[in-house]
Order: sequence, then C-alpha cells, then structure tokens
Amino acid sequence: MSELTNEHSRSANATDERQRGGHVSSAPLLHVDDVDAGYGDVPALRGLTVTVAEGETLAVIGANGAGKSTLLKTIAGVLRPTRGEVRFDGRVVTALSAHQRVGSGISLCPEGRRLFPSLTVEENLQVGAYARRPGPWDLPAVYELFPLVAERRARPAANLSGGEQQAVAIGRSLMANPRLLLLDEVSLGLAPVIVRQLYAALPRITEQGTTVLVVEQDVHQAISVADRVQCLLEGRTVLEGAADRIDPAELAAAYFGVRR
Amino acid sequence: MTGVQPAAGATRPAGTTPPKVRRGGRSARIGAVAMVAVVAVLVYLPFMSSRGTQIDLVGLFSLVVLGTMWNLLAGYGGMISIGQQAFIGIGGYGLVYLATNLGLDPFLAVPVAAVVCGLVAWPTSYLAFRLTGGYFAIGTWVIAEVVRLLVTQVDAVGAGSGASLTAFSGLDPVFRIAYVYWMSLTIAVVVVLGVYLLMRSRTGLALTAIRDDPTAAASSGVAVDRAKRLVYVVAAAGCGLAGAMIVANTLRVQPGSIFSVDYSAMMIFIVVIGGIGTIEGPLVGAIVFYLLQDTLAELGNWYLVVVGVVAVVITLVAPKGLWGLTRGRVELFPVGYRVGPRG
Amino acid sequence: MNTVNAVVQGVLLGGLYALVAAGLSLVFGVMRIVNLAHGVLAVLAAYGSLLLGEHLGWNPFLSLLVVVPAMAALGYALQRALLDRALRGGELAPLLVTFGLAIVIQNLLLETFSADTQRLDVGAFGGASIELTDGLAIGWFPLLAAAAGVLVIAGLGQFLARTRTGRAMRATSDDQEAAQLMGIDNRRLYAVATAIALGTVAIAGVFLGSRSTFDPSAGATTLIFAFEAVVIGGLGSLWGTLLGGVVLGVAQGLGAAIDPAYGVLAGHLVFLAVLAVRPRGLLPSAVTA
Repeated sequence: MSELTNEHSRSANATDERQRGGHVSSAPLLHVDDVDAGYGDVPALRGLTVTVAEGETLAVIGANGAGKSTLLKTIAGVLRPTRGEVRFDGRVVTALSAHQRVGSGISLCPEGRRLFPSLTVEENLQVGAYARRPGPWDLPAVYELFPLVAERRARPAANLSGGEQQAVAIGRSLMANPRLLLLDEVSLGLAPVIVRQLYAALPRITEQGTTVLVVEQDVHQAISVADRVQCLLEGRTVLEGAADRIDPAELAAAYFGVRR
Repeated sequence: MTGVQPAAGATRPAGTTPPKVRRGGRSARIGAVAMVAVVAVLVYLPFMSSRGTQIDLVGLFSLVVLGTMWNLLAGYGGMISIGQQAFIGIGGYGLVYLATNLGLDPFLAVPVAAVVCGLVAWPTSYLAFRLTGGYFAIGTWVIAEVVRLLVTQVDAVGAGSGASLTAFSGLDPVFRIAYVYWMSLTIAVVVVLGVYLLMRSRTGLALTAIRDDPTAAASSGVAVDRAKRLVYVVAAAGCGLAGAMIVANTLRVQPGSIFSVDYSAMMIFIVVIGGIGTIEGPLVGAIVFYLLQDTLAELGNWYLVVVGVVAVVITLVAPKGLWGLTRGRVELFPVGYRVGPRG
Repeated sequence: MNTVNAVVQGVLLGGLYALVAAGLSLVFGVMRIVNLAHGVLAVLAAYGSLLLGEHLGWNPFLSLLVVVPAMAALGYALQRALLDRALRGGELAPLLVTFGLAIVIQNLLLETFSADTQRLDVGAFGGASIELTDGLAIGWFPLLAAAAGVLVIAGLGQFLARTRTGRAMRATSDDQEAAQLMGIDNRRLYAVATAIALGTVAIAGVFLGSRSTFDPSAGATTLIFAFEAVVIGGLGSLWGTLLGGVVLGVAQGLGAAIDPAYGVLAGHLVFLAVLAVRPRGLLPSAVTA
C-alpha cells in the first residue's frame, strides 16, 4: 500500500504551454450561480454561488448534509438545479446531461468510488476514457501515477481494497482528461495513511493544468491540498478564504454553525 | 397510496387542534349507496331480462373477477403474471371433474375448485418466486403451459378435445342460466369486497409497503415473501372461480381455449385501461373492455390490435388508467386515510 | 440409435434457442428489462424473409442481408420511441408495454398472413444430410443453423469483452449512473443494445422458420424456450445460455423420442427441475451481467 502513489515527479509537458502563457481569463472556469438544488421539497442548496478559476484547487467543506455532494452532482449534471445556472468555460451547461458534460471537460469521481465491479481494473480505466477527450492522461500515465493500480490491472475491480479502489476511481476520472476534476469524499472509509498517499497524487494532477474541486469531511486534509476553502452550512456559504490564511477557530465555528 | 399519512415525527404548533384522520368521505358514502343500488338491480335482473343478457353479463362478471385478481397481483403485490390461465383452467376443469366425474353438486363444486387452485398455487409459488420481474412473468407462463400439457394427457377430462359440463342437464335452462347468473354475481361481489377488505387489513398495509419499497419493507419487519405468497394463492383461487364461472356459463371446457394466454392479455388490458393499483380501476376496465369487445367484435383480430395499442399508450401517457383521471376526487373503496382539519 | 439421434438433433436445436436467448439476455443485462415481445419479433423476422422469398424469390440466407438490418433499425426506433419512455415509468411499465406490443404484432401478423402455418424454403439444401452411421444422419441445414447460433453468440461475447461499446454496456449494466459520469449516453447505448438484440433475433427467426413451420402465434413458444435456456444456463452468462439451450433442446428431443406429445413438456419439466434444485442455473456468472 505504501507504493500507492509514485513519489517521483513526472515532467508535465502536455499543458506547460497553458501555464507558461500566463494569460488570466477574466471569467472563472466554473461558475455555479445562485443555485437552488436538491431532492423533493427541501432544497439542499439555497442560492449557492461557487466559482473556481482555471488551475485553482478549491476545497468545499462542511458537515453532513451541508450540500457538498449535491453541489458536485449539480456541477456534474446528475442533478438539475431548480433555480440558477451552472456556467463552465463561459458556457451555460445547466441543460446539458451528465454524459455531455464529461465531453466538455467536467469529470466527477463519485462518493463511494462506484467502480464497475464486473469489469477489470484496466477496463474500468478504459471506460473512463469513453468520451475520447484528448489530453495528458492515458493508461500509461495513470499507471505511472498509481503503480499499484498497474499491478492490479487484470483483476476484477470488486476484488480490490478500499484504497486501491479509490486510486482506480481517481484514475478512471483522469482518463476523461477533464479540465475540471470533481473529487467527492476521497477519504471516505479509508485509513488516514492511505488518504495521505492518495492526496499526495494531487499535485501531479494539478501540475497538468487541471482545475480541481475537492469535497471533504476531513477538513485538515482538504485545507492542506487546496488553494482556497469554501465552507457550506445548510446549502449556503458561511465562510470562504485562501487556504493558508483561514483562521481555524473561525472555520470550526462556521463548520458547526456556531454564532460567535 | 391513495390516502395521506401524517409525516413521521411531524410536530404540531402549540394551540392548534389535532387534525382529523378519516377514511373515505362524502364520495365514498354516495358511492356505497350507488353500488348497493346497482347490485340490487343486478340481483333482480333475471326476472326482467333475456337469457342472452344474463349469459353476456356472466361474461362481464368473469372479467371483473379476473381484472380484480390481476390487479391484486400486480397493482398491490408487484407481481406481473402472464400465467393466470393456469388457474382459470384448473378452476374450469375442476368444476367439470368434480361435478361430472365425482358427482358433486356443481354449485358446491365451484368453490371447491377454487380451493384446489389455491392448493396448487401454494407449492407452485416456491418455484415461481425464485424468479423476479419479467422472468417471474415468463415463469408463470411456463407453469401454465405445463398444466395445459398435463391436462391434455388426462383422458378422464377428454384429453386434447376437452369435456362438457353435463351436471346441469336435469335443470330447466331458464333456471340454470338464472342460477349461474346469481352465482357469478355473488362471486364478483365477494371477490371485489374481499380484496377491498384485504387491502384495509394489516396485510394490505404490508402490501402497500412492499409495492412502494420492497427493500425497506423487508428490513422494517414486513414478511415480504409471506404477504406475496398469500396474494399469489388468493389470486389463484380467484382466477379458479372465474374459470369455473366461464365453464358454468358455456358448459364446455377445452384445453386450448381455457389455458390460452389471451386471458392474461385480457386481464392486463382490463387493469391497465381501468387503472392499476386501485379497487375501482379493474371494475371500470372490465366494463370498458366488455363494451369494446361488443363494439369491435366484427373487426376480428384488429380488435386485439386496437386494445393492445390503447393499453400501451395508456401505460406510457396515463399510467394510472381511466380511474386515475378522477385524481382521487372520487373514491368508491376508500383504502387509505385522509388528514384534514377537525370539524 | 433413436436416443442418440434425439440427443444430436437436440444439441443442434439448442444452438438456435441460445441465439434467441442471447438477445433477451443482452437487453436484460443492459437495461434490466425483459422484452416480452422478443419471441414475436423473431417470428416477425421470419415473415419478413417469407415476403422477400415470395415477391423477389430470395433465398432465406440472402434475405438475412435485408431482414437483419431492418430488424436492428426497428429495435433502435422501438427503444427510442417506446421503451425509453417505459423505462422511466417504473418496474411494471416496460413489461406492460412489451407485452402489449407482443399482442399487437402477433395480431397484425394474423391479420396480414392468416393463421396458416408457413415455412421458409432453403431449397434442396434443406433436405441434404450427412449419413454418419446407419440410422443416424445430421442434416446440413440444422448443422449450419447451430453453427450460426454458436458463431453469433461467440461474436456477441467478443463484442462485449473487447469493444468500447461492449465495455460501456457492461459498465452500464453494473452501475448506470456511474456510467453516465464516464460520458456514456445511456439512452443511445440502450438503443444500440436493442438494435443488436433484434438483429440477432432476426437471424434466429429466419433459421427457426426454415427449420420448422411457424405461424403468428409461434412467438409465445419462442420466447418461452429462450427464457428457459437463459434460466437453465444461468443469468448473465452467454456460454451458460448456450449450454442451457442445448440442455433444453436435448430434453425436448428425448421427450419427443418417447412420445411426440412429450417433447415440449419434457423441456418445461427440466426447466422447472433446474429452478427447483439449482435456481442460479448450471453456469452462473460471478457477477450478473
């Protein structure tokens, strides 16, 4: 398990140009604009606005039921908002279905991994590339990122440990070569040491120019990998700021909804 | 569910009166009176109508029973069967065998044949329940085919060519037809009321829970299999009654027609057109189907094409059927509860 | 010798049953619906071939070139127009819709072609056989039909195992929502699956119609035999289905060898016996596909 991630850095040449160009587009890559969404009568998101700039890593944190997963599902197109808009790369994608959004560069690594149990590890990764988006990520690249996944490539996905499954799930999402990668509760049900190993792969993903939105209950882990943190409570933003400048006490209060 | 249950854990603001929970309403009371009146007229009918009308109406009553039974299976038990003709056939053949070969009084033979159907259905359910959904549907069909093929081998009931019901031969046709008519009316009323009472009982509540969410129902302590098995056995007995009615009406039973899958098609169309999952739906569906059968008779096979298309369209466009168009405003058989302000 | 003959004929017939069943399984695997019109669609294909033979003088083999694509197109359209809608209507709606469809198609066939039994004419080839020993002969046509069945099933297996669309179908079978998150358009995939299913059932229908007589009501037994092959073999396994088809064919052959009236019954009884003692089938797959 210690070799879940490859610590040796791999040169990121595919998107160097995008970063070198240094052009800062005025519009954010993702703009969730004043959105209501949820199941049934009670919306899980209430007038929520989230923006993520190209190349940025945003961590969305919050307690159970804060609306974090609903947010990701709304961005990925699994759930349609009842009000508001989702814009991606300047285009309104609210009406696009989930599979169309993958084609335009949004990839969700869902909560609970959701691997295809009857497919092998390699087949899971191949299905991830179904949309055929060009980009840096292919089977060799994912295998280099997660060497242990490479060793398990011929096994049925159902036979892997939780950490291995999560690595496959992240790799599978990368195979779609997303411009925006949505990670939902990577740490769920995993030992802290495994979670650290998985997050260790994140810089290797962002250095390809990929924008990342992480949803986590593990606040410390989230803050340590993110540029910016946004804390939700009952479907609204209660606190946001740069990850390295956020006040832990203020964050704890926001997280639990305590008025100070 | 037709009624509205108070939400679990709902708290009541202080100072308000508790809501009144009631079953049925004005429409149900008016409906009950109307239905009693209709049944009364139907009881009196043999004194003022032709034999042909009575024979026709027995056909309608058998459609009511068949539709009600199929609705019990699918609408309440969640089981799509296309093999109920097994029990229609056993009921029909049971009547002939009990009355002709064993000399039982035919009017007694009818309920006995229904019991036989239930007894056959009980062990059969253990095989059929190993399949679910669409595979269950075809499985029931195979069972019906097996019964048909076996009956075709039995010389005592005429093998492949069938048998006649001769037990009524001592009876004047005028009386025979009136008696069979009254028997069929009684069976139809008992079956509809029986399903109504079943659905108001604890078993009915369990069935509603199963239909809405089988997994949750199983984990909340509802014995899913037992409730479904009960429904399967009851529906088999009910279809046996219908089969016996059909044979008592036509005096003839043949394996090719009594075990025909067309009966399943009829039952499905009746329930889908009338409205699945309600007591009233199959009644409406049976009447509509009966009228269509009459008006479209000269169309031959086009008739089933038309009915089939109507059923497909209704399933896709108005899945609650004709009765669903009342949107619960009219309720002849109140199964659920309503919550309203007190007073 | 009679018994050996019955077994051989049963094995050959089993290949065709499995071919009908393969389409049924594919649709069930991908969408979790049982198409109750599957059998009557095989019969529809046989009538299509019959028309081409009567009007253009085409041999049944030649007619496959038109009938198979036509049925596949019908499948695609059917899925888009009717079944997609039915899928959104809960668990019962697809069954009610496909059963209604079966009744409609069967009665349309009855109205168009009457209840007379028909048979597709494969020419002199139909009667030719290889004499193996005294009293045991294998007809060229049944042999070819069985080979076609095995070939199509093997092809379907390779398609599911090796191609991008095949993998997507297995993924959708496992977890439909997760598959959409991979960029898979499940509605398009469903239509492709139904198109393939009807294409394969068209092949089966034409071979069955050349092997023995058929009439508009033959869809019922076709569906039942296919279903029995699936359950005997074990849900979700293509090779299991082939074995199931062979077991069913042999049971029917042996039953008929005792008394022609027992053929179909013997098949049903073997099916019920498997259901009773081995409900997961003879070759169950580890994961239901």
